[in-house]
Amino acid sequence: MKMPLSAVIGLFMTGAFLFIALFAQWIAPYPIDSAVGKVWEGPSAQFWLGTDTIGRDILSRLIYGAQVTIFVALVSSLLSFGMGAFFGFLAATRGGWIDTGLSRLVDLMMAVPSLIVALVVLSVLPLNLIVLILVMGVLDSTRVFRLSRAVAVDITVMDYVEAARLRGERQSWIIFREILPNALSPLVAEFGLRFIFAVLFISTLSFLGLGIQPPETDWGGMVRENKDGLIYGKAAALMPAAAIAVLAISVNLVADWVLSRTSSLKGGRGG
Amino acid sequence: MHPIVKLVVQRIALGLILLWAVSVVIFLGVEMLPGDTAQAILGQSATPVALANLREALGLNEPALTRYFNWLFAALQGDLGVALTNGQDIAKSIGSRFGNTLFLAGCAGVIAVPLAIGLGLIAARYNGRWPDKLISGVTLATISLPEFVAAYFVIFVLTQVFPIFQPVSMVFPGMSFWDKLQAVALPVIVLVMVVLAHMMRMTRAAILNVMQSAYIETAVLKGLTPMQVIWRHALPNAIAPIITVVVINLAYLVVGVVVVEVVFSYNALGQYLVDHVAKRDLPVVQAVGIIFAAVYIGLNILADVIGIVTNPRLRNPK
Amino acid sequence: MSNELNHLAALATKGRISRREFVGRAGALGMSTAMAGSLLATAARAADPVKGGVLRAGVQGGQSTDSLDPALAASDVPYMINMTWGETLVDVGLGGALEMRVAEEVSSNADATQWMFKIRKGIEYHDGGTISAEDVVATLKRHTDDASQSGAQGIVKGIADMKAEGDMVTLTLNAANADLPFLMADYHLLIQKAGGVANPTSGIGSGGYMIVEHEAGVRTAMERFANYWDSSRCHADSVEVLSINDNTARTAAIQAGQIHMMTRVDPKIVELLAGNTDVVIERAAGPGHYVFIMRCDAAPFDNNDLRMALKMSVNRAELVEKILGGMGSPGNDFPINGAYPLFDDSIPQREYDAAMAAEFYKKSGHDGSPIVLQVAPSAFPGAVEAAQLFQASANAAGIPLAVKLEPDDGYWSNVWNVAPFCASYWGGRPVQDQMYSTAYLSTADWNDTAFKDAKFDELMVAARGELDQAKRKGMYSEMANILRDTGGLICPMFNDWVEGRRAEVGGWIPNPAGTLMNGRALSMCWLNA
Repeated sequence: MKMPLSAVIGLFMTGAFLFIALFAQWIAPYPIDSAVGKVWEGPSAQFWLGTDTIGRDILSRLIYGAQVTIFVALVSSLLSFGMGAFFGFLAATRGGWIDTGLSRLVDLMMAVPSLIVALVVLSVLPLNLIVLILVMGVLDSTRVFRLSRAVAVDITVMDYVEAARLRGERQSWIIFREILPNALSPLVAEFGLRFIFAVLFISTLSFLGLGIQPPETDWGGMVRENKDGLIYGKAAALMPAAAIAVLAISVNLVADWVLSRTSSLKGGRGG
Repeated sequence: MHPIVKLVVQRIALGLILLWAVSVVIFLGVEMLPGDTAQAILGQSATPVALANLREALGLNEPALTRYFNWLFAALQGDLGVALTNGQDIAKSIGSRFGNTLFLAGCAGVIAVPLAIGLGLIAARYNGRWPDKLISGVTLATISLPEFVAAYFVIFVLTQVFPIFQPVSMVFPGMSFWDKLQAVALPVIVLVMVVLAHMMRMTRAAILNVMQSAYIETAVLKGLTPMQVIWRHALPNAIAPIITVVVINLAYLVVGVVVVEVVFSYNALGQYLVDHVAKRDLPVVQAVGIIFAAVYIGLNILADVIGIVTNPRLRNPK
Repeated sequence: MSNELNHLAALATKGRISRREFVGRAGALGMSTAMAGSLLATAARAADPVKGGVLRAGVQGGQSTDSLDPALAASDVPYMINMTWGETLVDVGLGGALEMRVAEEVSSNADATQWMFKIRKGIEYHDGGTISAEDVVATLKRHTDDASQSGAQGIVKGIADMKAEGDMVTLTLNAANADLPFLMADYHLLIQKAGGVANPTSGIGSGGYMIVEHEAGVRTAMERFANYWDSSRCHADSVEVLSINDNTARTAAIQAGQIHMMTRVDPKIVELLAGNTDVVIERAAGPGHYVFIMRCDAAPFDNNDLRMALKMSVNRAELVEKILGGMGSPGNDFPINGAYPLFDDSIPQREYDAAMAAEFYKKSGHDGSPIVLQVAPSAFPGAVEAAQLFQASANAAGIPLAVKLEPDDGYWSNVWNVAPFCASYWGGRPVQDQMYSTAYLSTADWNDTAFKDAKFDELMVAARGELDQAKRKGMYSEMANILRDTGGLICPMFNDWVEGRRAEVGGWIPNPAGTLMNGRALSMCWLNA
């Protein structure tokens, strides 16, 4: 099967972002924290994307920022998907008190305002990337849990799952061989977006103080730093915003491709 | 009793217990936070004596357990008390602000949900062709903008370039319904931009997922048009994930829009909660927290019920 | 006075040119800044106020937790609301001069230990009755006695006795204080009926406008009080204070005409607003300053050589340019500038000197471990960026300064006045004595640098009772030098008030003592048709 052009573009761009993130130290033209120019200079030969609110080179900060942004967003999304999907499927297949217990626990977690959760975490745990990733992963996994449980509940009553049960297959076999492939499409679509939400969520947490320590930076945080010039034609904030948008589209192009592949796993038309 | 009615009754009963649990969690959480209301109010300029006096006057010297149970018993009798910080009646303040929250969420939801599902259906119908790519591209771009950037963009275009609307959206008693609609126009536009993509992409993905099933092939062979197939056969079978995501987004519109509230100075519940958390004003935080929790729990019950009602296999379990 | 000057003054009062521009052009015509200012004030008074209309102010810093109790006011929104419905005994007017409000006369005994305030007759409250000397005493008592919950408690502690006789209020002090009347201008000390003891949050006072609608942290609508005593003020029929916390939204609102005046224009966008003829930017150099504070009793900041190394390694010019957009002036490591009476402007300005900083650092014998500066976005506008610039300039001098970002939430209780090295700000005070006694006296409640110097304390008490202004100035100069060379305060910059008003707003006279004409903008301005 030939790979569609959109998927090629998506893979290429995603790969390019990863490459930039991995080799930031060698690519960036200026250090991340030195004020090399004037405030909010426009793009020029010297500063390709201009300078930020205190005169640092935006391109260099974007390149260094890619490391933190992509790493944290990726790991926390994987964590939230691993946890959310596993417990969601478990709740759907086992039913009974396991379902009730897990579902109500998730209701409780979703119901407590995340501001309070974040502030409490902030006051009792040390501030570092691992804590940040854990907090984001756990908070987000509640959404994934609800989605994967809803999808899986529909699947568990299908004839082929009944048949597997009657054959006496193990729980894990049913989850991984029957439910997962059939639930993958909505989950892949969700992953594409959750990743972007995670990118934006880092900057929200940074603002609360639970986040990236300067001089390190993330793209959402860069947008925030430069936001005041936005409606007066200072494009500094648009550069990181555009980076997020391009990353979003690239990742979702890949997700769309995976999505069309997974639909065909089931052996329907066009498989 | 019909199984679904029984389920709803059970879930509501569990929901009430959950609300109580939420109040305990919030109480413990706020107690764990450093600083107290007296310090937060007087800030940088207070003397230690004034602080001690204020603490005494606010009853902050009582043991934590006493304060929690005093609050709980009063709340169970419908008395939410007064805010520690400014002595205003909590029920009254929350009443008007919750109204504003629902108004904003309602306006945004009424536009965003049908629009997202409609666009999702179109994208699924033209899967892989240009309408699909256009819809996906535009919605992905809007969702990747942080909310405040979307808000500034809208302010720039609709108050400066084309001065149609006002940048400050606060609503107050005495405004007509039309005035209020005009006031919230900008935040509604921003919120629609923010929630559209998530619901649209889930609709598309869920529809595409069921399009591979045998019964869809049957429907196609029957000679139905692609849109008829999607509308009559695919959508009902894809409703569970769609409704879950719709509900997550509706809940977000109610409880999570504080950034938009701040940018447009819209006086709703999110900003109110944030202010009072910062001041450790426990009675207010409890009251708002319980309302938000009730919204979440209620919407989740709704989603589960719709999921069951629309799936014949779940509706009539073997 | 030339015709041209008259013309310019008329333009300025009508709001066609800004005060700053006027002073600049007047200077070109050979006039001093002070003379230009007084000429403008005369012209503003002479210009005919226009009656009527609704005047709206967009103010930053409102929260739904705000109270109407003047004792609890701590940010710009409640400040502005309170200053519009209430009045103090005296105000700090232009040029730092005392202006009589509820008091019509102030006098003291020869050694400044007893102060007499004569209360103006017939000032009415919004709900009837007139201000009596007893009300004044009750108000002061509510804010100062041992059971007070007021933010002003520390300000007027030195009062030993208060007496009301007829229309006279007599305050007897523990020790001489030549500045006492200025303390009575504090924004907490609004005169309330019977001191406001029974109902402190009523929002009822004797000001020119009375509250009609009030939603905390959102909007307060007030209408003109018909029986207000001062006919030279309160021209608009009604006024509104809107709480707009987002910088961009507030600026967009004034451009769209939704509000007529605003606080805190982001200095960085001032030049971007220059093309807009509807909005005039008003600047006033006030006593407010942004600071980095080291606790002198905590290692490693208990070493004065290290403190000096850090003071030498701040690039003040860069901070003023990049953090204040040039709308301010460099600080000199003591909290006083030209906005204060008796300021000694001959003390040399401290500059960035990496070599000297490195030398001091070497002398301090610091072990090379990171020196951590704690900072949060709310410490002052641009605090995180300022800290990063400080870090870069210090690192360039070989000092291992590191920045630690703290959450906004709880910053003022967990970090400020607790951490050994953090960012903060001061709004300033009307007189030097009050600034020093609030934060630099050994025993001050808010001695956030843990600065203890016997000589300094002695000078301060002596200066407070000194009535010879020249001697007093000498004492203040000596104190400034002690603080500059041994204190824990790094004061890199004083921030100007940068505010905006619509061109149609008349009667605007910048007052550096406080934001929005020291809180009186809504009462003193009017709307030209």
